[in-house]
Amino acid sequence: METNKQLLRTLLAGAVAATLCIPALADNAEPIKVGVMLPFSGIYAALGDAGRNGLKMALKEHEAELHGRRIEFIEMDTEAKPERAPEIASALLDQHHANFIIGPVHSGVAMGMIKVLKDKDTIMIIPNAGANAATGPLCAPNIFRTSFSAWQPSYPMGKVALDSAYKRVVTMSWNYGMGRESLEAFKESYTAGGGEIVKEILVPFPKTEFQSYLSEIGSINPDAVFVFFAGGGAVKFVKDYDALGLKGKIPLLGSGFLTEGTTSAQGPSAEGIKTTLHYADGLDNSVNTKFRQDYLQMFGKEADIYAVQGYDAGLLIAKAVDKLGGDISDQAALIQAMESTTLLSPRGEVSFSKAHNPIQNIYLREVVDGVNKVIDVPAAKLEDPARGCKL
Amino acid sequence: MTTSLFFVQLINGLQYGLLLFLIASGLTLVFGVMGILNLAHGSMYMVGAYLAWYFVQQTGSFTLSALISAVIALLIGIVVERTLIQRLYRRNHLDQVLLTIGMIFVFNALQSILWGNDPLGVQVPEAMSSAIPLTEVVEYPVYRIFVALVCVAIAFVMYYMINRTRLGMLIRAGESNREMVECLGIDISRLYTIVFAIGVMLAAIAGVIAAPMSSIVPGMGEHVLIACFVVVVIGGMGSIKGAFIGALLVGLVDTFASVLLPQLSSMMIYILMAFILLIKPQGLFSS
Repeated sequence: METNKQLLRTLLAGAVAATLCIPALADNAEPIKVGVMLPFSGIYAALGDAGRNGLKMALKEHEAELHGRRIEFIEMDTEAKPERAPEIASALLDQHHANFIIGPVHSGVAMGMIKVLKDKDTIMIIPNAGANAATGPLCAPNIFRTSFSAWQPSYPMGKVALDSAYKRVVTMSWNYGMGRESLEAFKESYTAGGGEIVKEILVPFPKTEFQSYLSEIGSINPDAVFVFFAGGGAVKFVKDYDALGLKGKIPLLGSGFLTEGTTSAQGPSAEGIKTTLHYADGLDNSVNTKFRQDYLQMFGKEADIYAVQGYDAGLLIAKAVDKLGGDISDQAALIQAMESTTLLSPRGEVSFSKAHNPIQNIYLREVVDGVNKVIDVPAAKLEDPARGCKL
Repeated sequence: MTTSLFFVQLINGLQYGLLLFLIASGLTLVFGVMGILNLAHGSMYMVGAYLAWYFVQQTGSFTLSALISAVIALLIGIVVERTLIQRLYRRNHLDQVLLTIGMIFVFNALQSILWGNDPLGVQVPEAMSSAIPLTEVVEYPVYRIFVALVCVAIAFVMYYMINRTRLGMLIRAGESNREMVECLGIDISRLYTIVFAIGVMLAAIAGVIAAPMSSIVPGMGEHVLIACFVVVVIGGMGSIKGAFIGALLVGLVDTFASVLLPQLSSMMIYILMAFILLIKPQGLFSS
């Protein structure tokens, strides 16, 4: 609904501006057009909402750094459908002439967007989708990511598992890009240190009937289980893991998305689960405390990782615009300004690699009373290897 | 596969199949009696789950929440039938599909407005939160056994109702010859309202009892709808008995395929459907 209203408002504003054609509002006062390509309906709607909230919050907070330039949002619902991506991305690029395009949540959509936007006259900022390829083989000067590569959150968990003396591990995920890449990253560090993956289970996406797989894991009885699941699937998985009696007998490890924005729905089943991620609700720094308070006040709900990533996308725009004194007409200068920015993010300091992926800390968290509590930093300032990127 | 694991998987498959039956039974009932293809059936499953969550928050009692949700679902069924579905009896299936797809969008939007997009969860009722150990590691939760029993009970009640009661007699009569039923002075439109409302309520009850063991998320209805159509097509459109057998088949095949043929597991139920349709083009028990 909000999207439609926003779209209508944008259209109206556009129409009024076109008819009046006020000459006084030239150059500097011309709005910065920010296209937003997120899922506002469907299974990832909650992630899209959070990303948009964070983005708007950052740009509002840092209004002073925009040198008087207004932000005009053009919001498009991707519905997390990859087949819609090229069409929407083209519309934002060619019809709306967006300066920045923020999106998407879903890696499949990211592939479709990159196809259209690579090396074009707009800046794409990915506030979630973790496909390694986006800052790997498909990397481009005008593509940035403020979230993570799939490799980043899962790689440090291999070491954590070895340190806990888990020798035999079963890994499990949905059979799609993000899932497979997460399992591979875990495997890379875990087997390098001498651990053994006794079984890798790939569940067809988006199936959430996990009982048969969990019964099998019970019969294998490994030292630990490492999984990647997110959103509704993560809720179901964690509840099933508990209901079938595996919890408390076989430790459950995961990429942090397993317990992001889902712990209240998972209830007591989530307690004690250890995950690695580039953020934690309970992260103790002043930026995070203020961010969480403001977010709660503005939107009436707790911030999660998706909100942080959207917030940082907004922050990156604001910082770059500020550096250039409000003039973003030179794309090369804009990219250079963005590359050299270090963000004071709620997750800690974030800078960008040559491939434009964030260099960031990865935290080990444990769910305590429904909150992801930081218990260690297994990888500080972790940089994605950006395999296949020629930047 | 060890014997104990086989046994556990058998239970998993039966339990999944029984839940599928509960959802699919309403779909096949409405199609069999009224000839209406209700694509919004999955939305009713979703509505049931969200209502269960909402009333558990309000009342603190799962039982109470289940009762209220079932009654509300019944009312939704009556209103939807009286205002929308009734206009489509003489139309073709394409018109019905268009209307009911539209209803999916409406229910999804309402869900997003009323309850937001975050995944929600309902805790298993305290009295049934224990589990029975099956092997050294694996336990079977009492609540899931309870769900299976509820599904079996509802299957029996439906069987009894259709074969032994006056309402059931009318339903069967309406199925085979609606003009004749009308000529005998039976108010067929009232009968249709009742049947449609019961169909909606069955889907919603499935959503309610599935709520504590699943995640309540936007779009949950669409996923279940596809499996339901497979069940109904395998069983024969309109046959309750067919839906029961079809659901158990789908449940078992899906469960064992995911363990034995993981690469093919996502398509196994469709292969099953294609295979059965090759032998019996109308499904196992077409009416």
